[in-house]
Amino acid sequence: MSKPVLGMLIGAILGLIDGLSAYAYPGVASMMTSIIIGSTFKGILTGVATGFFAGRLRSLPLGVAAGLAIGFVLSLLVAAISPDPQGRYYYFEIILPGSLVGAIVGYACYRFGRAPRQRTTGTV
Amino acid sequence: MLTPDALEHLRAVADLPDLTGTRYRLVRLLGRGGMATVYLVEDTALGREAALKVISEPDPSGALAARLVGEARLLAHLEHPNLAPVHDVGTLPDGRVYYVMKYVRGERLDAWVARRPPRAVALRLFVKVCEAVAFAHAHAIVHRDLKPENIMVGAFGEALVLDWGVAKRLAGTPVAACTLAAPGVALSGGPVAPGATPAAGIPAGSPTAAGALIGTPAWMAPEQARGEIDRIDARTDVHALGALLHFLLAGTAPFAGTGEAARARVIGEAPPRLVDLVPGLPKPLGAIAARAMAKEPAERYATARELGADVEAFLDGLSVSAYRESLVERGARVLGRTRTLVGLILAYVAVRVLILLLAGR
Repeated sequence: MSKPVLGMLIGAILGLIDGLSAYAYPGVASMMTSIIIGSTFKGILTGVATGFFAGRLRSLPLGVAAGLAIGFVLSLLVAAISPDPQGRYYYFEIILPGSLVGAIVGYACYRFGRAPRQRTTGTV
Repeated sequence: MLTPDALEHLRAVADLPDLTGTRYRLVRLLGRGGMATVYLVEDTALGREAALKVISEPDPSGALAARLVGEARLLAHLEHPNLAPVHDVGTLPDGRVYYVMKYVRGERLDAWVARRPPRAVALRLFVKVCEAVAFAHAHAIVHRDLKPENIMVGAFGEALVLDWGVAKRLAGTPVAACTLAAPGVALSGGPVAPGATPAAGIPAGSPTAAGALIGTPAWMAPEQARGEIDRIDARTDVHALGALLHFLLAGTAPFAGTGEAARARVIGEAPPRLVDLVPGLPKPLGAIAARAMAKEPAERYATARELGADVEAFLDGLSVSAYRESLVERGARVLGRTRTLVGLILAYVAVRVLILLLAGR
């Protein structure tokens, strides 16, 4: 399995769990479907992007940091554009787990999954 | 009266090769074997150090010279990172044949193992040795004398397989691929010479006398120890690699002793079980060594590549072909391989639960 595909799978699973946890917030009950879909999509996007970078990075800490950064940025964007009907923003609740998903995907993609084939140069 | 040490010194000085007319300057003696000596020389043209191997025994028939040239040609055809490259071949003013190869800085495998390297490091080194031998097998060459003394470990953990002086070209190899020795030079086995260790004590190889035992008894495969020349193939080296794996993991050779005693053990006794010798050794590793050292060649790994791949699979936390694991063992292996990932996911779930608890207040 290639790293982006592995990242997409883990990102989707963790994103789905992330979305389902919104059931604990009665204030967003009317937005549940879009939260679950959006969270899963965010997880997939984080996974694919992190998997893409993990295949090109030569260091595990860098791979995890890249995943963390991608998860953070995407979660920040989602948190910034999705207040609940009362106008309340959930930065902490979205960014913390979203960044963690990125870090996990970054680790998994660096450690596992098939790396992209290296380009070889011809000899003269 | 001269002491033995003084005599040895005088002999060494008298044996020093005369490098007049070559581009090499003698630096010092590196090692001496039964038939050849290796010196550290300076290549004055290129300004680098190199190892010069020259015959040190009388060679009236020219058989040893032919073998040395054959070894040099063989190495020249086997270009691999784990094989010492040959730079030059020539004749000294006294008529002795020599060849010059890369000077390998490092230590012999037995000295390296004595420092008890971590198991994973030792196994990675073993995989490199397997790759070098597999490369030779791909060129239809079997080494026939793999043992710790013939493997050098470089300063950066690189492994170099040395002493191809008794290597054998398997039938069916194109003649142009390599010429091991001149016609008439015996490269096959014969009567067993007690304690025959042709290259013991020197970092690079030496020729084996015609008619002497080919290889070193304690590291031989049973078919090799029985002198069954026709049965020698890549699996003969696989047996020696299994013995090397045993040595790397246990610190001792699987078959103790030298000469006829070791030969009898190789033929008649099963190698000791590694898991009994090394407390806590993972069973798959013991199974890999046992399969590589099976008495019957058909029961061994077919190639050195297969053996190396199994060790690599073990290092990667994957299942190995030599060991059938139980469901519990498989579960433990998979969990061990993914423990960090499992830990991270558990941390994620913990964070999620914590946030939910905080939200519920």
